[in-house]
Amino acid sequence: MQTSARLLPWLAGLSALCLTTGGIWGFFFTPDDFRQGSTVKIIYLHVPAAMMAINGWIMMLVTSLIWLIRRHHVSALAAKAAGPVGLTMTMIALVTGALWGQPMWGTWWAWDPRLTSFLILTLFYLGYIALWAAVEDPDTAADLTSVLCIVGSVFAVLSRYAVNFWSQGLHQGASLSLDKEKNVADVFFLPLLVCIAGFVLLFVTLVLVRTRTEIRARRLQSLLARERMA
Amino acid sequence: MTALLLRDLRLATRAGGGFGLGLAFFLLVAVLVPLGVGPEPALLARIAPGILWVGALLACLLSLDRIFALDFEDGSMDLLAIAPIPLEGVVAVKALAHWLVTGLPLTLLSPVLGVLLNLPGPGYVWLVLSLGLGTPALSLIGAFGAALTVGLKRGGLLLSLLVLPLYVPTLIYGAEAVRRGVDGQGAPTALLLLAGLTAGAAALLPFAAAAAIRVNLR
Repeated sequence: MQTSARLLPWLAGLSALCLTTGGIWGFFFTPDDFRQGSTVKIIYLHVPAAMMAINGWIMMLVTSLIWLIRRHHVSALAAKAAGPVGLTMTMIALVTGALWGQPMWGTWWAWDPRLTSFLILTLFYLGYIALWAAVEDPDTAADLTSVLCIVGSVFAVLSRYAVNFWSQGLHQGASLSLDKEKNVADVFFLPLLVCIAGFVLLFVTLVLVRTRTEIRARRLQSLLARERMA
Repeated sequence: MTALLLRDLRLATRAGGGFGLGLAFFLLVAVLVPLGVGPEPALLARIAPGILWVGALLACLLSLDRIFALDFEDGSMDLLAIAPIPLEGVVAVKALAHWLVTGLPLTLLSPVLGVLLNLPGPGYVWLVLSLGLGTPALSLIGAFGAALTVGLKRGGLLLSLLVLPLYVPTLIYGAEAVRRGVDGQGAPTALLLLAGLTAGAAALLPFAAAAAIRVNLR
């Protein structure tokens, strides 16, 4: 708690700094794309949000495993805290993608492999959050959601490759890889990197704040319980 | 374990056991869809594989919460947990019993409903095969979802929210196998992936479900 209290303002400040720099740089000081026009600028929100949605689930998977193996309570609370943040990230990615897709693909939504697997990820987040909310006893809830998170991860990966069965789809392939020849141009890439850093920091900040709230709520409950016993 | 299986089958087939509800639901779906989308044969033939698979999946979903709920309420689950057979085995047997009373009848009934939906000739073999291979996975995944929500008072809605995303790969491979079978190309690939999914679910999910039940019994 002390470490996180000292870190928190720095993290929040840095993420605000990165997001404003990246946002202003990306939105006002990059040229329009040759084909996509100014709609290309949605990349500064869409890509980082989508990355954090997936990484958020991976973080929940790791913290769930730590909870199941080491019974470290903060770990379970961090997983609980990350759920709604990750859900928000998936929603941002889906909505910005729809806004971009309407002028570019001529449709808000297509049953494309990437879009579909993201929708499924949203459903997984919803189920995870709902299970946390439904179970009353905190330790039981932590155990059950951890098991769900592990099984869900396996099935999320399975679905990701199952939907590839249909077709390659509309969504463009990866263009940020480090080892590929054809990547996005540097003019767009540099502000995008700043934005990604900003989203990572934002995610960490939000999860820390929420975890601290959960820890405080847990402490409050134990104090109340002690008072009732006395 | 055999005794447990027979007991579960007897309970399920007894009046009020919920047996037949899934079948009736499956039948209703197959009857209502042509009423909804119109009787055009070509259109029905195109959507038949998907409708049949979605119908089977939803019919399976209907009876999931009964897998553990009744035993949990009357305390049989506690006895089964301390019984000499491992809880993982209990889960596997219960999933098998669920499959025998829902998945298997659904599979056997599906060709008849295929006629109602004007499924093209080459599709029938693949329909029965894919349902036969895929519905055990539905029962196993459902048993896992039921194990997660068994401690809740009204877990039904949550159960479907948890289970539906888990059903996605099974549904895609299953419906794809039938569709490819109808088109006459590459159905075995989808079928093999489906079988692999079922085998993987049978090997791993009983452990996850048993862990969830132990937590719920605590």
